Amino acid sequence: MKQIPRSQLNQLFAAISEKQKLYLPVDDTTGQSVFTLWEEGMCLSSGLNTIRSAKDAFFPQVENLMGFRVEERQIQLIETRDPAEPFVIFGVRACDVRSFGILDRVFLAEPVDTYYAQRRENCCVISLACGKPAETCFCTAFGIDPAQPEGDVTCWLTEEKLYWQANTEKGESLTAGLPMLENADPAAVEQEKAAIRATVQKLPFGGLDLSAFGQGRTKALFDLPHWKTLSESCLGCGTCTFICPTCQCYDIQEFTGGKTIRRFRCWDSCMYSDFTKMSAGQPRPTQTERFRQRFMHKLVYYPDNNEGIFSCVGCGRCLRKCPIHMNIVKVIKTIGEAAE
Amino acid sequence: MKEPLIPMIGVVTDIRVDTPDVKTFRVVGLDGQKPFLHIPGQCAMLSVPGVGEALFSITSSPTEQAFLEFSIKKCGCVTEWLHGMEPGQQITIRGPYGNGFPVDTEFAGKDLLFIAGGIGLAPLHSVINYCRAHRENYGKIDIVYGSRSKADLVDFEEILNEWCQEDGINVHLTIDNPEPAWEGHVGFVPNFVKELKPDTSKTVVMCGPPIMIKFTLAGLMELGFDRNNIYTTMELKMKCGLGKCGRCNIGNKYVCKDGPVFRFDQLDALPDEY
Repeated sequence: MKQIPRSQLNQLFAAISEKQKLYLPVDDTTGQSVFTLWEEGMCLSSGLNTIRSAKDAFFPQVENLMGFRVEERQIQLIETRDPAEPFVIFGVRACDVRSFGILDRVFLAEPVDTYYAQRRENCCVISLACGKPAETCFCTAFGIDPAQPEGDVTCWLTEEKLYWQANTEKGESLTAGLPMLENADPAAVEQEKAAIRATVQKLPFGGLDLSAFGQGRTKALFDLPHWKTLSESCLGCGTCTFICPTCQCYDIQEFTGGKTIRRFRCWDSCMYSDFTKMSAGQPRPTQTERFRQRFMHKLVYYPDNNEGIFSCVGCGRCLRKCPIHMNIVKVIKTIGEAAE
Repeated sequence: MKEPLIPMIGVVTDIRVDTPDVKTFRVVGLDGQKPFLHIPGQCAMLSVPGVGEALFSITSSPTEQAFLEFSIKKCGCVTEWLHGMEPGQQITIRGPYGNGFPVDTEFAGKDLLFIAGGIGLAPLHSVINYCRAHRENYGKIDIVYGSRSKADLVDFEEILNEWCQEDGINVHLTIDNPEPAWEGHVGFVPNFVKELKPDTSKTVVMCGPPIMIKFTLAGLMELGFDRNNIYTTMELKMKCGLGKCGRCNIGNKYVCKDGPVFRFDQLDALPDEY
């Protein structure tokens, strides 16, 4: 384990960003925490979690896939892929780190999505333990320990110091190039970990009962009338999917500028009516079917295909941001109770 | 590493007018060869850059060595553009996608009953011609095919001149309403199937509009067919074809990757969403 005085964080960030791009949570002008490319003078946000999840690092909201030049009847394919370059994301919370593994099971499954894979391979993830979990946090319901997040490097921030523990080869090699990190006694963070775990114990949704969900629960849950009542006030705005660390549905669209056409991918949402709309018909005609799809996917279909792992990490972003105060906790409670 | 979303360039070398709203497109690679190998029932993503990309079932049989063919009904942006093009036009193509029909395993040695409605013949066309090319591997073949009118029967010439002429293949055609030049059966596919009283030991391969599937399935159940022995192929909106973009699922199955071919007992295990 290593350590550095909190007052020297600036030197640490400067040293990392000398060799590669460094992204970390910084408060924007409205006071919200956002992953930002670090520049001299920027301070690490004191907020708990970023407003958007960390998935942007590997699965950006919009990215070019390829281009075409079309002349008469001829089509020429143009490679538009950005060159691979190593980068570091610092300050990723335990929930978001776990979400990377959930996204990996989609994008790295055969056939591998090479755009995602390229960024994933080139990134060193530095996680940060959650000193002060929020009331909306429920990562513990999914077996996540906010006191010991995963990642290539795990960090703990106390009043005086940042503690630094490399977990992987990638993390070790980054550490080796940062001489300002001094050796530390691993016992130093035990008190911090205990304090975090004690706080988490008291969170209202930490012990959320997920026993009604998981593998093989489709038939028991799909036709419950509660989907209709829960979804009645849903606006279909898609905010929940955009801020969600595990939502990975995408659309492929094109931008035409004369003879050159750019084909890009962008985030999409199963909450939108045109997500499944075909010229031949609309298989999910009302918001009830779309709403049900989103939660059944996270709580039943994904576990079905991934050894029981839920596609939710309890980050609580949807609890804070839904304009009608609907969220996955309400769904888990209502459907869970109805299914008993 | 090869990126699966990046397509290859193909050339449309021939366009055949099948019906007033169906054309069949012959596609080869830039090298003049068949773009890739496939299994009957598999699909490919075709696109016209600037218009869009869409998934189509491959109509030609894998035994066709020189090209891939797609019978496409005009019904949306991409298909409308395809219908307006001329031979020599380049398009993009990627695939093959999906599981395909179990032609060499579960179908082997069986009597086969194909039931198709309208453009639903397109994915079955590949299977039928594959079975014809490997005739010794299959028992009797019955084909029940119906459409709105005689003019809407896809591949009518091939059906009359080839399928109908072969021993061991029985073709039963029907159209929705009587026509002056039509001496064949008149009526909807589900009733026609019931009237034909096919032997329940046959393996059924069915594709057509959802309403036809629904009533034909009910008729087959009445006749005593086993759901484990009835296959169909599904179609939903798709963007990636790889099971990643997230929109073509029925329960925990992605139609693009786990389908498009399903047996009815497999569909019974999924939520009744479609």
